[in-house]
Amino acid sequence: NCRFFSSVSTPIRATLFPGDGIGPEIADSVKQVFNAADVPIEWEEHYVGDQIDPRTQSFLTWESLESVRRNGVGLKGPMATPIGKGHRSLNLTLRKELNLYANVRPCYSLSGYKTRYDNVNLVTIRENTEGEYSGLEHQVVRGVVESLKIITRQASLRVAEYAFHFAKSHGRERVSAIHKANIMQKTDGLFLKCCREVAEKYPEITYEEVIIDNCCMMLVKNPALFDVLVMPNLYGDIISDLCAGLIGGLGLTPSCNIGMGGVALAEAVHGSAPDIAGKNLANPTALLLSAVLMLRHLNIHDKAEQIQNAILNTIAEGKYRTADLGGTSTTSDFTKAICDHL
Amino acid sequence: TYMPRPGDGAPRAVTLIPGDGIGPLVTGAVEQVMEAIHAPVYFEKYEVRGDMKKVPQEVIDSIKKNKVCLKGGLATPMGGGVSSLNMQLRRELDLYASLVNCCNLPGLPTRHDNVDIVVIRENTEGEYSGLEHEVVPGVVESLKVITKFCSERIAKYAFEYAYLNNRKKVTAVHKANIMKLADGLFLESCREVATKYPGITYNEIIVDNCCMQLVSKPEQFDVMVTPNLYGNLVANTAAGIAGGTGVMPGGNVGADHAVFEQGASAGNVGNDNIVEQKKANPVALLLSSAMMLRHLQFPAFADRLETAVKRVILEGKYRTKDLGGQCTTQEIVDAVLNALD
Ligand SMILES: Nc1ncnc2c1ncn2[C@@H]1O[C@H](COP(=O)(O)OP(=O)(O)OP(=O)(O)O)[C@@H](O)[C@H]1O
Ligand SMILES: Nc1ncnc2c1ncn2[C@@H]1O[C@H](COP(=O)(O)OP(=O)(O)OP(=O)(O)O)[C@@H](O)[C@H]1O
Ligand SMILES: [Mg+2]
Ligand SMILES: [Mg+2]
Repeated sequence: NCRFFSSVSTPIRATLFPGDGIGPEIADSVKQVFNAADVPIEWEEHYVGDQIDPRTQSFLTWESLESVRRNGVGLKGPMATPIGKGHRSLNLTLRKELNLYANVRPCYSLSGYKTRYDNVNLVTIRENTEGEYSGLEHQVVRGVVESLKIITRQASLRVAEYAFHFAKSHGRERVSAIHKANIMQKTDGLFLKCCREVAEKYPEITYEEVIIDNCCMMLVKNPALFDVLVMPNLYGDIISDLCAGLIGGLGLTPSCNIGMGGVALAEAVHGSAPDIAGKNLANPTALLLSAVLMLRHLNIHDKAEQIQNAILNTIAEGKYRTADLGGTSTTSDFTKAICDHL
Repeated sequence: TYMPRPGDGAPRAVTLIPGDGIGPLVTGAVEQVMEAIHAPVYFEKYEVRGDMKKVPQEVIDSIKKNKVCLKGGLATPMGGGVSSLNMQLRRELDLYASLVNCCNLPGLPTRHDNVDIVVIRENTEGEYSGLEHEVVPGVVESLKVITKFCSERIAKYAFEYAYLNNRKKVTAVHKANIMKLADGLFLESCREVATKYPGITYNEIIVDNCCMQLVSKPEQFDVMVTPNLYGNLVANTAAGIAGGTGVMPGGNVGADHAVFEQGASAGNVGNDNIVEQKKANPVALLLSSAMMLRHLQFPAFADRLETAVKRVILEGKYRTKDLGGQCTTQEIVDAVLNALD
C-alpha cells in the first residue's frame, strides 16, 4: 500500500472544508504551506451549502460526506451553524454521518511561546458520540427536567481501544482513564470496566484511573503528570479545553476526529471567529497543526515533521506572530514566514 | 466597636467529625488553635467512618441541635456513590449550597496572581441524582435532574452572598448549548434572580470555555454559580491555580445548618504516606473554621485565627509537602500558635 511510504508519486486525495468565518483564510494558509513543502496531497474542496440537503437534513451535502468517506481523510475549518429550525447542526451531521467516535487532541507547550505552564505534553482522547451529549432531554413536570447520559459498552470499548492503540503507536507510556465513577457508578463504572478490559491487552502501557475533579487540580498544578487521557464526552470537552488553555489558547490547538473504518477528519478546535473574519488577522496555527495530524495519520511523517518544525520555529523566533499571540503579523505574513522556514 | 447583647458571647456547641485519613490530624489542629484563642465554642465529637452504612442518627441529631458542624474528610468507598456519607449529610440536612473560596494567599507563590474566586455549587441534584440503571446489557443510563426550585434557591444564595460580601459579579457556568432543557432551566433561574440585584453584574459562561479561561485569565472571575458537577470541576481547577485544595476553605450550607470542611474536597482523606508521617496540611480547615467563627457571629475570634494562619503562610518558613515544604501538621499548628497576637 503506497500510503505507507513517505514520498509517494501519486498524490493522495483528501477532502477540505474551508468552512465559515476565518475558515477560508486559514485554509488558504494550509494550501500555501502544503504547496511550498511539496506535500503530495490533492485537495477536494467542499463548501457548506445554503440550502438543506434532504438526504442529510443539513446544509452539508451528501456529496461532501461521500467525499470524506471515499478519501478516508479530510481537513475541516470551523463551521458556524446557521440559526433556524429544521436542520441539524453541521458538526453534529459530520459526527453522526461519519461516525466520528473519538476526538484526539495533542497538547504540548510550544517552545518559544511562553505561558505559565511550560511542561505540557499530553494527548486527550474524548468519546464523541454519546454520554451527556445524547440529546435526550425532557420535562417531567413543570419546573423539573431530566437529561439522559448514555454510556454503552460498544462505544466505550472502541474509544478505549483507540486510546491504547494510539499510545502504543506513538511511543507513549501511560493511559489515564478520567471518570466520576464514585458518584456515577453504573455509567462511568461501565466506562472504566471497558478501559480495564482493553488495558489488559496492553501490558506494556501503564494504566491508571483518575477522578475528574482531582484530574482538574493535578492538571493545573503539574500537567507533566499526564501522558494520554481517555474519557467520556463531557469530561473530554472540559478537560481538552482546559489543556488548550494551559498552552496558549484556541489559536494553537489542533485536533483529529477518528471515525469508523479508519476515517480521519482533522479540525481546528476554535470557532469561526466572526469578529476577525475577512481581516487577515486569524492565526492559522491550529488548522496547520491539524493538517500535520492528518499527514501523520497518513504516515507521511517527513512532511509532517518539516511543516511542524517550520511552524514552531516561526513562533519561537517571535518576529512573525498574529495578534492573539501578542504580535502584529497578518495571516498572510505569518504564513509566508512559515513557508520560508520550511 | 461591636456592642454585643448580653449572652452573645456564650459558648456555642459545635458538632465535630474528625473523619478518616488526615481528618483527625487537621481537625486536631483546629481544636488546638481554638483552645489557644479561647474561642467561645466547644465541640461534641463523634466518630464517623466513611465505610459506615449510614451516618449515625445521634450525629445527625447533634448537628440538627447545634446547627453547625466541622468535619474532616470521609472516605467514599469505591461503589459508595451517592450513598457516600458526605452526600448523605448534604441530603439529610438539605445543605443545598457548597461554597469554596479560592484565593491567592500572600506569600504563597503560584502561577497566577489576583485569584479571588468563590465557587457556589448546587449540592443536591443534577448529575448527582443517583438515578442510574442498565437499559439492556451493555447500555446504561444516568439521569441528570434539574429543577426550577433548586436552581432558583442556589441562584438566590449566590446573589445574596455576593451582595452581603460586597462582590461585584456573578458568573453562571453551564452547558446549555448542548443540554438545552436542563442547563437551560438553570440559566433561566439565574437570569430571573439576577434582575433583582441590579448592583451586581451577571454573566454566563460555557463550562469548557470556563476552564480554559480559569487557567489563562482567572482574575476575570468573582462569584461563580454552578450546577452540581460543573461546580466540582470548577472549584478544583480554581483551587489548583491558587495553591491546591490543601489551603482552600469552604463548606456546605442550607437554610438551617452549616457544615464546614476543607473546601474543594469533602472526600479528601489524603494518602497513607501523609497520614503515617502526620504531614497533612491543616491550613484549609483552619481557614474554614475562621469562616465558621464568622458564621457563629464571633468575628473578632475569626480575624485573630485567620491573621495568624496568614502570617505563617506569608512568612513562608513552615510549609507542608503539598506546598513544597517538609513540615508536619503539628509544626504548622505550633507556628500558628506562635503567630497569634
Ligand atoms: N485562529 C484564531 N486566530 C485568532 N483568534 C482566534 C482564532 N480562533 C478564535 N479566535 C478568537 O477567539 C475568540 C473565540 O472565537 P470562536 O470563533 O472560537 O468563538 P465561538 O463563539 O465559539 O464561535 P463559533 O460559534 O463559530 O463556535 C474570538 O474572539 C476569536 O477572535
Ligand atoms: N490538607 C491536605 N494535606 C495534604 N495533602 C492534601 C491535602 N488536601 C489534598 N491533598 C492532596 O491532594 C490530593 C487530591 O485531593 P482532593 O482534595 O482533590 O481529594 P478528592 O479525593 O478528589 O476529594 P473530592 O472527591 O471530595 O474532591 C489528595 O489525595 C492529597 O494527596
Ligand atoms: Mg469544548
Ligand atoms: Mg465555539
